Amino acid sequence: MQIKDLTKKYNGNPVVDSVDLEIPKGKVISFIGPNGAGKSTVMGMISRLIARDSGLVAFDGTDIEKWKSKELSKRLAILTQSNNIQMKLTVRELVAFGRFPYSGNRTTKEDEEIIQQAIAYMELEEFQDRFIDELSGGQRQRALIAMVIAQDTDYVLLDEPTNNLDIYHATNMMKIVRRLCDELGKTIILVLHEINYAAFYSDYICAFVDGKVAKFGTVKEVMTKETLSEIYKVDFEILEIEGKPLSIYY
Amino acid sequence: MKSRLLTIILAVTLFLLAILSLFVGVMDINLASLFSGDAKQWEIFIVSRLPRLLAILCTGVGMSVAGLIMQQLCMNKFVSPTTGATISSAQLGILLALLFMPGSTLWGRAMFAFATAILGTWLFVWFIQRVKFKDVVMVPLVGIMFGNVIGGITNFLAYKFEMTQALSSWLVGHFSLVIKGRYEIVYLVVPLVIIAFIFANHFNIVGMGKDFSKNLGVNYNVILFMGLTIAAVITASVVVVVGAISYIGLIVPNVVAMFKGDKIRGTLVDTALFGAIFVLVCDMIGRVVIAPYELPIELIVGILGSILFIGLLLYRLKNGRKAIRLTGSGTTGCGNSSSHLDGGNQT
Repeated sequence: MQIKDLTKKYNGNPVVDSVDLEIPKGKVISFIGPNGAGKSTVMGMISRLIARDSGLVAFDGTDIEKWKSKELSKRLAILTQSNNIQMKLTVRELVAFGRFPYSGNRTTKEDEEIIQQAIAYMELEEFQDRFIDELSGGQRQRALIAMVIAQDTDYVLLDEPTNNLDIYHATNMMKIVRRLCDELGKTIILVLHEINYAAFYSDYICAFVDGKVAKFGTVKEVMTKETLSEIYKVDFEILEIEGKPLSIYY
Repeated sequence: MKSRLLTIILAVTLFLLAILSLFVGVMDINLASLFSGDAKQWEIFIVSRLPRLLAILCTGVGMSVAGLIMQQLCMNKFVSPTTGATISSAQLGILLALLFMPGSTLWGRAMFAFATAILGTWLFVWFIQRVKFKDVVMVPLVGIMFGNVIGGITNFLAYKFEMTQALSSWLVGHFSLVIKGRYEIVYLVVPLVIIAFIFANHFNIVGMGKDFSKNLGVNYNVILFMGLTIAAVITASVVVVVGAISYIGLIVPNVVAMFKGDKIRGTLVDTALFGAIFVLVCDMIGRVVIAPYELPIELIVGILGSILFIGLLLYRLKNGRKAIRLTGSGTTGCGNSSSHLDGGNQT
């Protein structure tokens, strides 16, 4: 996936200002940066949820806006914070919607198998016939991820998946993300606020400041005292735990 | 298996009630004389009783399915043809037809009613999406106000052109004028409900929001407007034939959803059956209570409906639902497009 000169303006003010990026395949890439840096807007534009003002997002060599929506939904899945599902659906019914781009209204035997695998992968078998509104927050979230797995896309985009989660659920979420990449070979793009989750669980980090890419590189390249201090305008120390750089800020 | 059972029970109940209803009325009709070929009895049967039953079934099925679609698309359990200004828009359409085309046929009036019902519903949904109400009760309240404004315009025009008498027949729904040759438009409900069934999954997906739809490759706006149009045309074809019948589109889908969830594919048939039973029972009560006279169905539905509606409100307030979202625990209150009753008490 290639992003060239991507720009978005709200009321004349650029929120995303000529962003160039090349997303490496089969890796976990985290977007970090202060509030209002444009991370979620970039995410929205590369997933066609937000219309861009100018620039290009090439997905598999074709501009993302030229893709047929249905075809694209077999290749790229996005979960945003506005996924506020208030329907009384069973876990299985929700996961089955992941097959919608493939089979529309009629799920085939193959679909049923994929749905079952996705449920098993997220360890939701015992809840599959329960309504999602009867489940705990962590279980519901796993149900949504299971739907994305059933959608069977190469790319998975998650907008602030750890927001509002306690440490236990947030860490579990990040472990799931890592598994999706390592075991299923998916390319995963995340918007994260928690820098250390980005550092520990991703392969690449892209830091945004004022709508521009401040730094893009491997975790080790971005997680330096100087870079982080410059991005966040606070003092940082970098520690190393399990061979990975983690930051402390104060 | 349990879910099938409910469908079967509803279907059998409806069938028995339907047979029973054919023999309830001012004129005594019984099987014996029907079989012996009594011409007069057959005439009543064919001209009045059977059409009435079919109109009732179509009304019940249509109004409840229209309500189901509107609730799903608007993500609000309290939106229905009554609270979404659809019925009052259809009435305005009928009045306009009476004004501009005094000699108009049933079909002519129906066309006017379709147009205004569709426009009114679109306008209402466009407005609530535009303003992004966060409160779940606000949306139906706005709908009721909007409906009353349209109703006010209708009344004003009716007074001005001395049409109140003519209009009254469409303001309070009743089946007493349903006879052969005057109700067939209501059959439109059947193909429309079938279309709704075909697109059931689309409606579900749109009901989960714009981003969710886009992610699955569903065109949000097209499906939204298609669904609203179907609901509006169903409503208008009922209003043209029998007049306004409130509450059904509100109550029936809610009661069914309590037991069977919100997956339209799984609930549409039950919703339709239950709606038909509800209208049929109300009509039979209306026919029996002050026999040989009859009460308009709107009266019976209004009484039963408002009691059920209060029960429903209390139930929803007590069992506030949790929202499911990527970020988990539902502690974040509701997003800007969400408008569920429980949305408020999560924050």
